Amino acid sequence: MKVARLMLIGRDRRARRARPIVFLLLLLIPVAVVISASANPIVIGSKKFTESYVLGEIARRALNDTGIATEHRQGMGGTIILWQALQGGQIDAYPEYTGTIAQEILKNGQQLSFHEVRDALGKFGVGMTEPLGFNNTYALVMRRSEAQRLGIRTISDLRKHPELKVGLTHEFLDRQDGWQPLRGRYGLPQQSVIGIDHSLGYAALANGSIDLKDAYSTDAKIEENDLVVLEDDLRFFPKYEAVFLFRSSMSPGAISALGGLEGTLDEKRMIHLNVEAERTKNYTFAANLYFERGERSANSVGESFPHKLARWTLRHLELAGFSLLLSVVIGIPLGILASRGGLIGQGILGFASIVQTIPSLALLALLVPLPFFGISVRTAITALFLYGLLPIVRNTASGLQDIPRSLRESAVALGLSPFTRLWEIYLPMASRSILSGIKTSAVINIGTATLAALIGAGGLGEPILSGLNLNDHATILEGAVPAALLALLVQWIFDVLDRVLIPKGLRI
Amino acid sequence: MLISVFADQNLAGRIACITAPMSALVKLVGVSKRYADATALYSTNLSVERGKTTILIGPSGCGKSTLLRLIIRLIEPDSGSIEFNGESITSDTIGELRRRIGYVIQEGGLFPHLTARANVLLMARHIGKSEDEMQNRLVELCKLTRFSVNLLSRYPVELSGGQRQRVGLMRALMLSPQLLLLDEPLGALDPLVRAALQKDLKEIFVRLQQTALFVTHDLAEAIYFGDEIVLLKEGRVVQKGSITDLREKPADPFVSEFINAQRGVLLT
Repeated sequence: MKVARLMLIGRDRRARRARPIVFLLLLLIPVAVVISASANPIVIGSKKFTESYVLGEIARRALNDTGIATEHRQGMGGTIILWQALQGGQIDAYPEYTGTIAQEILKNGQQLSFHEVRDALGKFGVGMTEPLGFNNTYALVMRRSEAQRLGIRTISDLRKHPELKVGLTHEFLDRQDGWQPLRGRYGLPQQSVIGIDHSLGYAALANGSIDLKDAYSTDAKIEENDLVVLEDDLRFFPKYEAVFLFRSSMSPGAISALGGLEGTLDEKRMIHLNVEAERTKNYTFAANLYFERGERSANSVGESFPHKLARWTLRHLELAGFSLLLSVVIGIPLGILASRGGLIGQGILGFASIVQTIPSLALLALLVPLPFFGISVRTAITALFLYGLLPIVRNTASGLQDIPRSLRESAVALGLSPFTRLWEIYLPMASRSILSGIKTSAVINIGTATLAALIGAGGLGEPILSGLNLNDHATILEGAVPAALLALLVQWIFDVLDRVLIPKGLRI
Repeated sequence: MLISVFADQNLAGRIACITAPMSALVKLVGVSKRYADATALYSTNLSVERGKTTILIGPSGCGKSTLLRLIIRLIEPDSGSIEFNGESITSDTIGELRRRIGYVIQEGGLFPHLTARANVLLMARHIGKSEDEMQNRLVELCKLTRFSVNLLSRYPVELSGGQRQRVGLMRALMLSPQLLLLDEPLGALDPLVRAALQKDLKEIFVRLQQTALFVTHDLAEAIYFGDEIVLLKEGRVVQKGSITDLREKPADPFVSEFINAQRGVLLT
């Protein structure tokens, strides 16, 4: 009888002590994932459009073929993001265009010779290959039928048609060699100008939502959609010869492998690869065509879908899990502080609320230029962590504040130390509220983590972005469906955790 | 020399109790408490005698709960000093002193995430009592408070109001406190349960010779328990004495008024 009762006492205590440990172990899983995922291969970056993806894949394969471990971070963003990533060492090389280098990177108004550009880059510790062989200049494009009907052949002809609706990529809108100077040079009168994603812009142009858009002269869509390139009769656009930029500190073997690509791609060939990439929805396949010199091989289709899906999902969980861990570790103490009210409490809740109001995309963009962050998984995790903070802080604070005064006083009157009161009485009593805050954060993080692909951090946002880029719904769903399922799964896991972690007395 | 033998204050206190049975365990001198908008307690002197049950009674807002909360230092006094066992209670010493004071409130003040057993053992476990010692004490307390051992593994929500109150009492008595503070402990119970608990509580006080300070607004309860009755009104002690004193030698017209107002209750 006595022994049995003793056992009961023992069980009681073990159960109570075990809970925080189980909890901590669960939180440690994402840490292990992050640590195990680090290696040190050469990293090739690419911008968010088909040609850049294809060139990135070609470079990856060229380096891999010479035995150098290489990975390709696809579609990381625009020029500034790639340039910063290169300088920050998050990537080692990426495809770029000479005109962009002069105008956007070196911000040099005057025409520089190829050698002057190379010298100027040298000062940043960045090297440049010889041209790959094609000139992909900016161009303005229209539907062929519309251009013929209005009699527009050159950019100057646009002056007579102020009613035309213009849709431009965000980068082109802001570039030194983009819309503003172009409009000034030609005296263009169009008033209706909107910013739109490059591939969505092609769809908009096809269905008549817009009449004019910027394009790259080697875009596959020009041919596919029967568009016409307006002649740059005032010679506004500089030359955009494709090259690779690379960190001068990159290994000589890798540099010479990139050098092997110089002068091997003419415009016709590039357009062909772009068309193939968009047709097959497979950049690796298009890149392989370059190496096979035309011989098609059906079995050269890169990674299998399950393998890709596993890679995306794992990375996605890593992003969401690690950021959630940070939110929990930092959010709960902040919530405890906030529960005490006063200026500090209001300050903490105010800060967390303000962070939450910043659009997630803007938060990412704000972090990228900061020294420690740049284009990296770090940045994505930090942004997600900040995002996940509010629900945890708020629920911790309100859970603690909801404890009746009489019970707080009972804990004090018993003589328990402040730490014991918090750890054994207040936090367990608030545990349900805290857990539901963590659940909210987790679900938000799973959703928001899809945006991490915008800064090359990968995850299930990767297929969503490339699907957007290819205007291919199936590819978008490859990311969107698993992300939604993941959110549901997380919700379910938390419902189970609620049953396991919440003290029984609070659930009855 | 003799004093040093009793380095343990607890023991010294008990010895003092034997040698001077009528001495005060708690002594308040000039204690007052003011909140932002009103004075809860004007400068008050009061002593709680050892081994007796002292009742604090008065209409709501008279300062009786404030007095209790000042002793266990849930609130800080604005002036005056409070002595326990001859030593002054300060915020530095209160942590250790609270273990020698049991505190019982309405509904028992049990923590909902802990079983009845865990609630009772909370503090004993915290200061590292042995499992054997705790177990023996637990059985003892169950007997004392007429609480079924089988119910110990239940959570507070699974217990009735009266059972919860018995658990609250066990928790307060766990470390054999020198002083028991009760703040309207039976206020939320229905009449039958209340009567049963009153009887049991009284027996416990007698058996343990427990020094208790008991807050109530119910005169019948005060008369049933009280060796000493302290009547308060608007933050001041109006009279202290036995119920006979209060009846026959009222210090203030309010005393008679208060007693007469509750006479109806007494007769029914």
